[in-house]
Amino acid sequence: MAMFSQNPLMNGPNYSFSQTPSTAAAGNKEHSFYPYTDNGGSTLAISGNDFTIIAGDTRSTSGYNINTRYSPKVFKIGGTTSSQDDATLVLSVVGFAADGAALKERLDAIVKMYRYQHGKPMSVKACAQRLSTILYGKRFFPYYVTAILGGLDEEGKGAVYSYDPVGSYEREQCRAAGAAASLIMPFLDNQVNYKNQYIPGSGEGHALQEREKIPLPRNEVEDLVKDAFDSAVERHIEVGDGLQMLIITKSGIEEKYLPLKKD
Amino acid sequence: MFRNNYDNDSVTFSPQGRIFQVEYASEAVKQGSVVVGLVSKTHAVLVALKRNAEELSSYQKKVIAIDEHLGLALAGLASDARVLSNFMKQQSLSSRLTYGRAIPLSRLVNSIGDRAQTNTQHYGKRPYGVGLLVAGVDETGPHLFEFQPSGMTQEMVACAIGARSQMARTYLERNLDKFADAGREELVVHGLKALKESLAQDKELTVENCSVGVVGVRGEGMKAIEGFKLFDGQDVKQWVDMVAEGAEETAEEGMDVDS
Repeated sequence: MAMFSQNPLMNGPNYSFSQTPSTAAAGNKEHSFYPYTDNGGSTLAISGNDFTIIAGDTRSTSGYNINTRYSPKVFKIGGTTSSQDDATLVLSVVGFAADGAALKERLDAIVKMYRYQHGKPMSVKACAQRLSTILYGKRFFPYYVTAILGGLDEEGKGAVYSYDPVGSYEREQCRAAGAAASLIMPFLDNQVNYKNQYIPGSGEGHALQEREKIPLPRNEVEDLVKDAFDSAVERHIEVGDGLQMLIITKSGIEEKYLPLKKD
Repeated sequence: MFRNNYDNDSVTFSPQGRIFQVEYASEAVKQGSVVVGLVSKTHAVLVALKRNAEELSSYQKKVIAIDEHLGLALAGLASDARVLSNFMKQQSLSSRLTYGRAIPLSRLVNSIGDRAQTNTQHYGKRPYGVGLLVAGVDETGPHLFEFQPSGMTQEMVACAIGARSQMARTYLERNLDKFADAGREELVVHGLKALKESLAQDKELTVENCSVGVVGVRGEGMKAIEGFKLFDGQDVKQWVDMVAEGAEETAEEGMDVDS
């Protein structure tokens, strides 16, 4: 019965909204156009002392199907050339891929116009605020995406800004988004911010000293990102195929690609 | 006060078929300081002479970058040029956003030509009081276009507009055959030499009053782009020194008077 309908089975891949058909009293099926789809995938951003890493898997799905094994979710923004060699900002978008692409194109054009009008590149702080207004501009027909913006702030420190689909945003040390966000985020709380970790032998109960937070070096963060995604690939069907990492430092943006399991 | 009854607005023809307001706008271009543009097989170059209103003020901006692959030089009302350059910037970005490609120069120049023409046909509007040289590269190679307030646009091999630009044009005409195969540096030097021709008796080229814009193609099959780059201040010293008085390394050839 449900097998032949266009709707996912119970406990199937989680669509963003319940797409169960509403059945009229006469037993007629209501048809309507639905403008959104969930293309799965997951993204992750961690900021360090003088760098920011933004990563995303490259799988794109529709229900149980894989559309492609290589569709980037992580984009360079701004820059003066079409190659974007000198870009300083990175946007990752996960959720509905069409909205994500449209959002990225729009932000890119706006950041380029900013450079023309102000004669200087856009700061992450300014870009973060602007992205919020773009998202809120479609408050009643939202971009169905979770965006994360990364770069280096005015002091050269790593910066990560995360968003909800309608423009709520905050600056954070790290953030996971997308299908496997709920799998990755607690791991990051523990391994980046040392949540629930105490110094051994420092006391009993409330006297326990919390483990000191120290900014992680780049190679350790890269390992965390790899481990986070390898774990997500094991436990979430919409994550896999490839891992793309953009590493933002004062000398530019470095790109790394690693294969992930394709099952 | 008025030259005649037919120059009160830009929508009135004179009995001789002229539109005086448009001619007055062209006059504004001739008041602006001179700008020179020239093209080779691989590059397009803009060279401009900047003016300062007084000793205490800065020099007027003469060259504006529009996009990765093109820029312009202006002669006349700088504020009108800003309106046009903003419009061109938006057209360029819109092409990249919508079609994922750099806008061809001819299409961009045509669109500002259309805008300028509209101003000569609608009551209550005025023509733009600025002339432009638009230089850049697209899929068909390097180009130079001239734009006039009348809405007239044309592609050029070399061109000079602004005050005393005739002297620069004469230089360009005399050296026309050298441009096509000229290298990047050579082309800039030709541009500066042309600019020098138009200088007033008591003036000379300095790092303060010179602006240079260069754009071109490079690499295998001339497919890669050497993006539009603006040179100002100390960055133009290398070239200014080359054309400075007494730095003539070769005897002035081609300067002999034609019979």
